[in-house]
Amino acid sequence: MSEHIISLQGVTKEFDTKGGKVVALKDINLDIDEGDSYGIIGLSGAGKSTLVRTINLLEQPTEGKVLFDGENLTGLRSKDLNLKRRKISMIFQQFNLLMQRDAIGNICFPLELAGVPRADAEKKALELLKVVDLEDRAHSYPSQLSGGQKQRVAIARALASDPEVILCDEATSALDPKTTRAILALLKKINEERGITLVVITHEMDVIKQLCKKVAVIEGGEIVESGKVTDIFAQPKTQAARRLFFPDEQKMELENRGKTSTKNRLRIVYDGRSAYDPTIANMIMELRAPVNILYANMDVVGDEQKGQMVICLADDEKIADKQKKYLKEHGVNFTEIKEEEE
Amino acid sequence: MDAATLTGLLWEGLLQTLYMTIIATLVAYIIGLPIGVSLIVTSPNGIKPIGWYNKVMGFIVNVIRSVPFLILMIALMPYIRKLIGTGIGTSATTAALIVAAAPFVARMVEQSLLEVDPGVVEAAQSMGASNMQIIRKVMLLEARPSLLNGAAVATITILGYSAMAGSIGGGGLGDIAIRYGLHRFQPAIMWITVIVLVILVQIMQEIGIKVAAKLDNRIN
Ligand SMILES: Nc1ncnc2c1ncn2[C@@H]1O[C@H](COP(=O)(O)OP(=O)(O)O)[C@@H](O)[C@H]1O
Ligand SMILES: [Mg+2]
Repeated sequence: MSEHIISLQGVTKEFDTKGGKVVALKDINLDIDEGDSYGIIGLSGAGKSTLVRTINLLEQPTEGKVLFDGENLTGLRSKDLNLKRRKISMIFQQFNLLMQRDAIGNICFPLELAGVPRADAEKKALELLKVVDLEDRAHSYPSQLSGGQKQRVAIARALASDPEVILCDEATSALDPKTTRAILALLKKINEERGITLVVITHEMDVIKQLCKKVAVIEGGEIVESGKVTDIFAQPKTQAARRLFFPDEQKMELENRGKTSTKNRLRIVYDGRSAYDPTIANMIMELRAPVNILYANMDVVGDEQKGQMVICLADDEKIADKQKKYLKEHGVNFTEIKEEEE
Repeated sequence: MDAATLTGLLWEGLLQTLYMTIIATLVAYIIGLPIGVSLIVTSPNGIKPIGWYNKVMGFIVNVIRSVPFLILMIALMPYIRKLIGTGIGTSATTAALIVAAAPFVARMVEQSLLEVDPGVVEAAQSMGASNMQIIRKVMLLEARPSLLNGAAVATITILGYSAMAGSIGGGGLGDIAIRYGLHRFQPAIMWITVIVLVILVQIMQEIGIKVAAKLDNRIN
């Protein structure tokens, strides 16, 4: 009945702590479709880990439903839940490998839990080691592997049970940038070639940009904005999204505060193919009014190139209006940055 | 006393000590290991928190642990006599050792299992492992080196207790040391038993450390 593979409906999670009640999630509604690579981004403490842990019920929601393939997981007996969990794998920031088992032993582990005969399990584990490009380390123990290699073993382990979904909780946050890119590329390949749905928790925009098609922005336990990555990147509606998507711009604004006018600022986001710079240059010449380019940047979002620019129009409202009109007439999409956004 | 008699005496004492230590350690583990596991499993952060059980069992373990071994042994004597017909000798000592050592073993096991990374347990849960699978395949295996080190410490402690039991006629090397060294004033025999005990402790410690290191896959 459900076309969503994962659907959170009105999920609330409260923790009882010594200091009182902590509301980690507030009325979360989230639908993830089969084959999605869905990012969930937020600052530290926003509730990302709690959210992803409710999906496989490592965290029992205080209220609400967690549907997987249309079935509510919250009411299941633990035996049935354990069967479902085999279809929802998870990888972690700290890898969480069994330190006393070698790479192949770790990958066999979920198969062993499911009662797969040892010979079959080992055969499959060897194949998966190839998938993650680690055939030569089959008998290495985690303590002998680098962070990136450990995460590859963890990914192979996650694949072993033929899951429909892989949950990634800050899977690259403990890795250096180069290793991060390699691991993200591997996850992307798994998503695209095997059609496995990814749910990607991160505080880093780069992870979303490289890996995800859709994203939800979480702040203070609430999803404040969600949609296609390209759309939110083009027009973030909330301050939370702007802060996460344009961290450099925030820095720039802080640095320029007091130096430049904060009136009449526009954000322009454009496709890499078209370049707006000539339009702006032409506008300056035609209207004979100054424009300050505060910030410009090119980014790769998914497979698309996106440029963004923050400009400051003339202080004089009449001239500024003319400039806006000029931009509109020349087909430039922009959003005004309001003062109270700061 | 001639050399042959002395050797025979010491040999018998050594065998008694080994017998008491090994039997008591084994049985203490049969009782203490599941208790230690259950304390971890039912703790507030455990995989199956059961508040009342955890408190009650923790309390029992602490009470027995806080009674000094000799006092415990004396207190238990009448009951042991009722149970096995005698209050002195190796069998009675072994019974008392088990009662004293089981809670000790439970705490040692608990300490070892506390070292298991909760993240790994969580990973197993996310794979759909049952609690029993987590105990057997994750907790006990991941804690194996620490458990083995703990077992060496437990064995040595039980060996020490068994020697103490000698002071109240418990049999074994401790008994010989007290009877000949103290009551008949033959310090040479006292010192020989001490040396044998020290060597025993060294051997157990070495075995414990070696086996634990050999079965630890974290470092090689
Ligand atoms: N087991 C817990 N007990 C009490 N509070 C918790 C627990 N887990 C998370 N929290 C609280 O919930 C909030 C969200 O935490 P978390 O989901 O870990 O955030 P994030 O992963 O986004 O950094 C935080 O305020 C955190 O302190
Ligand atoms: Mg987190």
